[in-house]
Amino acid sequence: MTATAETTTGLPTSDVDPFSHEVLEDPLPMHELLREAGPVVHLSRYDVFALARYEEVREALVDWQQFESGAGVGLSNFRKEEPWRPPSLLLEADPPLHDAPRRVLTKVLGPRALHRLREGWAADAEELVDAVLEQAEFDAVPVLTEAFPLRVFPDAVGIGKEGREHLLPYGNHAFNAFGPHNDLVAAGAPRVPELGAWVGAQCAREALTDDGFGAAIWAMADRGEITEAQAPLIVRSLLTAGVDTTVHGLSAVLYAFATHPGEWQRLREQPGLARVAFDEAVRWESPVQTFFRTATTDVRIGNAVIPDGHKILMFLAAANRDPRRWADPDRFDLTRDPSGHVGFGFGIHQCAGQHVARLEAEALLTALARRVERIELTGPTKRHHNNTLRAWESIPVRLVPA
Amino acid sequence: MTDAGTLLAPPGTAPALPGRGAGGPVATLQVVDKSTVAEDVVTLTLADPDGRRLPDWTPGAHIDLVLPTGDTRQYSLCGDRFDSRTYRIGVLREPAGRGGSAFVHDSLQPGDTVGVGGPRNNFPLVPSERYLFVAGGIGITPLLPMVTQAAMLGADWRLLYGGRRRASMAFLDELAPHGDRVRVMPQDETGLLDLPAFLGEPEPGTKVYCCGPGPLLDAMGLACVDWPPSALRTERFVAEEQAAPVRTAPFEVQLARTGTTVTVPLGTSVLEAVGSAGVEVLSSCRQGTCGTCETTVLDGVPDHRDSILDDAERAAGDCMFICVSRAASDRLVLDL
Repeated sequence: MTATAETTTGLPTSDVDPFSHEVLEDPLPMHELLREAGPVVHLSRYDVFALARYEEVREALVDWQQFESGAGVGLSNFRKEEPWRPPSLLLEADPPLHDAPRRVLTKVLGPRALHRLREGWAADAEELVDAVLEQAEFDAVPVLTEAFPLRVFPDAVGIGKEGREHLLPYGNHAFNAFGPHNDLVAAGAPRVPELGAWVGAQCAREALTDDGFGAAIWAMADRGEITEAQAPLIVRSLLTAGVDTTVHGLSAVLYAFATHPGEWQRLREQPGLARVAFDEAVRWESPVQTFFRTATTDVRIGNAVIPDGHKILMFLAAANRDPRRWADPDRFDLTRDPSGHVGFGFGIHQCAGQHVARLEAEALLTALARRVERIELTGPTKRHHNNTLRAWESIPVRLVPA
Repeated sequence: MTDAGTLLAPPGTAPALPGRGAGGPVATLQVVDKSTVAEDVVTLTLADPDGRRLPDWTPGAHIDLVLPTGDTRQYSLCGDRFDSRTYRIGVLREPAGRGGSAFVHDSLQPGDTVGVGGPRNNFPLVPSERYLFVAGGIGITPLLPMVTQAAMLGADWRLLYGGRRRASMAFLDELAPHGDRVRVMPQDETGLLDLPAFLGEPEPGTKVYCCGPGPLLDAMGLACVDWPPSALRTERFVAEEQAAPVRTAPFEVQLARTGTTVTVPLGTSVLEAVGSAGVEVLSSCRQGTCGTCETTVLDGVPDHRDSILDDAERAAGDCMFICVSRAASDRLVLDL
């Protein structure tokens, strides 16, 4: 990585590759470099414009009129390139086409729908925590942070029991595909036909139970709120975006507590802080690090002009640690109010499943806080590299029972 | 201070409702334009006094307009959603009303401020290949952005627009470029609307949208009796609906789990008030759209200002979004 330099237009520029393994292993130095270089930084390697400060990232997320999603929210520009799969009706769409799918999914995943899941998920979390406490030491990623979402979420959607092991690799590839065609994308590509076909098959009306989110989406098609053609693609959005993200969010909060025992004690004393703790971890770690937009016109930000049709790379993670917005941003701190972080995005594309993720986290953290005195790391942790996600491959831990 | 005393603010001076940027419950917007667009119809263009972006809306949405008199009225948004800085509403003068529309017509001037809640949409435009729109009088307002959108999407659409007489019908100039997709039917020229002729035979893939006075909607219900149940979507234009005036007096919020009570004055959100009492509630958008600050209501009557709950959910009164919603009763008991 080289330091940024001024171009002749006065815009700071950098040849950093945000998708290199070096950066994916530890993106924080690059985030600081870009954030301090200016409100807009040209990334010469990909000819895209980077936003790394809170104010600019939040503005771009909200301003769907000037920052479109329909040309793709990855590096690939759908105005020029064929998408690897039919575009999402939510993530990769703009108003007016975005309106009905968004309205329907927001309703299906809304407060009413989640109230009826709360008790069951709390019981599931307690059962899982009881079981893992019987093991002295274990890897928290497969045993807790993958296991819990995989236990509750596919049932809530209503997909079949067979083949659920496809969910994580499918999501992992979808999030890699927002980046450049690097080795991570190449490694996932061979399985795309198999995984895509399996996910597609789960979205059909007859493949879904009659009481889950999936059936609720199809019921909206029956009422004419969306078309029959839209329903399976909206179910697909749940399966693509609802698993890996939550897994990495839970890993983030678990790692944060393992490395901040004082904060764990605080949660044990005030279990009502579980939701705040999860959002603080989402701010601190930003499981979804980046999304792209495309300029719909020559967009002015400060003194910079991003030309029409150019890609903008928003560093959610950098915004979430911008000292202009957050006091002592690198600290994981339960006394902080993390409200307003952009880890779930902002505006009309803000994560439709955020309340689902919070409910899962609340269930798991509440169960852990009740039974576990300390969470201790027992060996070196290992990162999992993904072009979009900040993730853990392995978090070896010992849970000390209360 | 009596209730009447707090409600009777001098004309043209809105109660000191804070802007959304300040985390307030209701945005204070400024009237930046007032135009007469037909007999007894004015449009108001509203903007944030500091030029900030306004919350997003979709065709069919309405806002709550909180007048300096304390009256709250609902008006459909009829501007351009691609303009993120202004809202436009159309207001018909209603001699039989309680005075809200008369105040807008006679007293409200550019430069004045009003309170705005929402936007909220009970009348969304669902995806379809073909739309038939029927407007009666001022019922044109929610349909105006719908026809713009249908045109933008390349859908096949027609609009039947009835009114008492041509001079009373708003937005004819804006509809003119759509040519023969729009049929303008002033009653004094063409008589009552011939709905069966306009609707024709039920066709799959067609949605019918109607907004207007009760008799028109009743007639549409009859005319669409052979259509699939989800084909007809209506919004009743209710004259001067009796809505509770916005409470300007402080109210109490009792936090059941914490065991404390806080007072929420005008200009402070419930979220802020409980926060200053040391009870942190997670929030995100702070404009009643994302749903993060959902809070269970154990007792009392919420005054819902969010864009999330539908009418039935509002009536249930068992949860609220405390970044924007307030109390209609003297006291709320929250599960905090």
